[in-house]
Amino acid sequence: MTTMLKVLKYQARDAIRSRWLIAYALFFLVVTDGLLRFSGDPARAQLSLVSIVLFVVPLVAVVFGTVYLYNAREFIELLLAQPLARRSMYGGLYLGLTGPLVLAFVVGLATPFLLRGIDTDTLGSLLTLLGAGAVLTCIFSAIATLIAVRCEDRLRGLGSAIGAWLLLTVIYDGFVLFVLSVFSDYALERATLGLMMANPIDIARVALLLHFDGAAMMGYTGAVFLTFFSGAQGAVVTLAALTLWVAVPVMLGSRLFQHKDF
Amino acid sequence: MILLTKDTMDMDAPAPLIELRGIGKRFGKRSAAVDVLRAVDLAVHRGRVLAIVGPNGAGKTTLIKSVLGLTRPDAGEIVFDGTPVTGSDAYRARIGYMPQIARFPENLTGAELIAMLEDLRGPAARADRELVDRFALGDALRKPLRVLSGGTRQKINAVMAFLFVPDLLILDEPTAGLDPLSSSILKDKVLAERGSGRTVIVTSHIMSELEELADDVAFLLEGRVAFAGSLDELKRVTGQGTLERAAAAMMLRDPVGEAA
Repeated sequence: MTTMLKVLKYQARDAIRSRWLIAYALFFLVVTDGLLRFSGDPARAQLSLVSIVLFVVPLVAVVFGTVYLYNAREFIELLLAQPLARRSMYGGLYLGLTGPLVLAFVVGLATPFLLRGIDTDTLGSLLTLLGAGAVLTCIFSAIATLIAVRCEDRLRGLGSAIGAWLLLTVIYDGFVLFVLSVFSDYALERATLGLMMANPIDIARVALLLHFDGAAMMGYTGAVFLTFFSGAQGAVVTLAALTLWVAVPVMLGSRLFQHKDF
Repeated sequence: MILLTKDTMDMDAPAPLIELRGIGKRFGKRSAAVDVLRAVDLAVHRGRVLAIVGPNGAGKTTLIKSVLGLTRPDAGEIVFDGTPVTGSDAYRARIGYMPQIARFPENLTGAELIAMLEDLRGPAARADRELVDRFALGDALRKPLRVLSGGTRQKINAVMAFLFVPDLLILDEPTAGLDPLSSSILKDKVLAERGSGRTVIVTSHIMSELEELADDVAFLLEGRVAFAGSLDELKRVTGQGTLERAAAAMMLRDPVGEAA
């Protein structure tokens, strides 16, 4: 455990100074500030931020994460040459990547809101948005860590990273729409719910839109979602689905890492 | 052909610091699999410098990484100071490793990197910072590694290998990228460490450099140990006057069957 924290500490110290990560924080800072300036309404700015967060956060987490870990290859070898157990190292590498990514995102997005002063309502929505972004970061950096351990070849790894993002952002939704149109004669609310649960970006999207009262735009399905997500059962299922999305890649990657040849 | 094996050398010497017994390693999947190491037996003797020599792709780096546990051999066992170490971690506290490529987290400084190692290993009983002074690294250690030249990073790499006064030093192409002065300093350091009883494993493409350093030579060819013994013995067996010539003669010779 202490080994994990030490690895985490030094890796995070390096990652946090990465120019790409600083650019990432600045990106959210500029976008958020711009939206607040032009809309003049924190609630509307947040609604616009939802789509940006859902699109950008997974992409940056998975691509930056993969590239960063490939570049850290020699550093990992240096750590492995020390009297440390591999078991305790993987968690440190994963968290040392995830922590700075979450921090950059949170600082970039929250600062413009906090500088302007904020009421309780806006604060609640802001926290929801930050939470969703943080969870997506955890999931996609877990996928990035898995890819970097699994693929020896950088180019294939980067390809897989972008592929994973495309799959969950674009292709999966296309598939869902296809299913919905083919079976449009049937009542599909529950099936749709199941399909959404299988994709972390969709979970985040639905949860955020419901929070921002977008349910009204989604008709009957929206009503079913609202009932589901506001109930205790819905909360448990959502939490379980998101936890699985973090735990499965982390555990797979950790197992591969134990036996990997460097 | 008579080769000096480890058995003849062991007679009046203490048990070797490291023994590799039947180490095998295969990379790749079925059809494209390559046997990088094939049943390698090798003893590394205490207080001596062992040069691992062989053509590119002979398995030198894989052998080193197997000793460190970076690569997991498919077969065989590694005994460090009398204890089998496969799958264990603690023995690495007694090893200092200088990898071939000195690429570290580019946003950290050398000082932070050294502090990290001390943090991870626990404070060194005697931290050996001699090379920091000899290489005059004082200022460079305070700069992020990304702004340092390859040679300077290689010097920091060397500092980290010697830092914990390890019983075993593993140096993979240690002088690559170093200027003649720095490379002389490093070689003096290696010989001084051997003088105080430490064991060294070194690889290099520069045979004259190994000739200065090595007591023993292990010649790898296609994943097998084609020769293991003292440097003088290698020269005698091949009838050559220098390590470079002797190594060339070994490579021209029909490798495996004859040497076994």
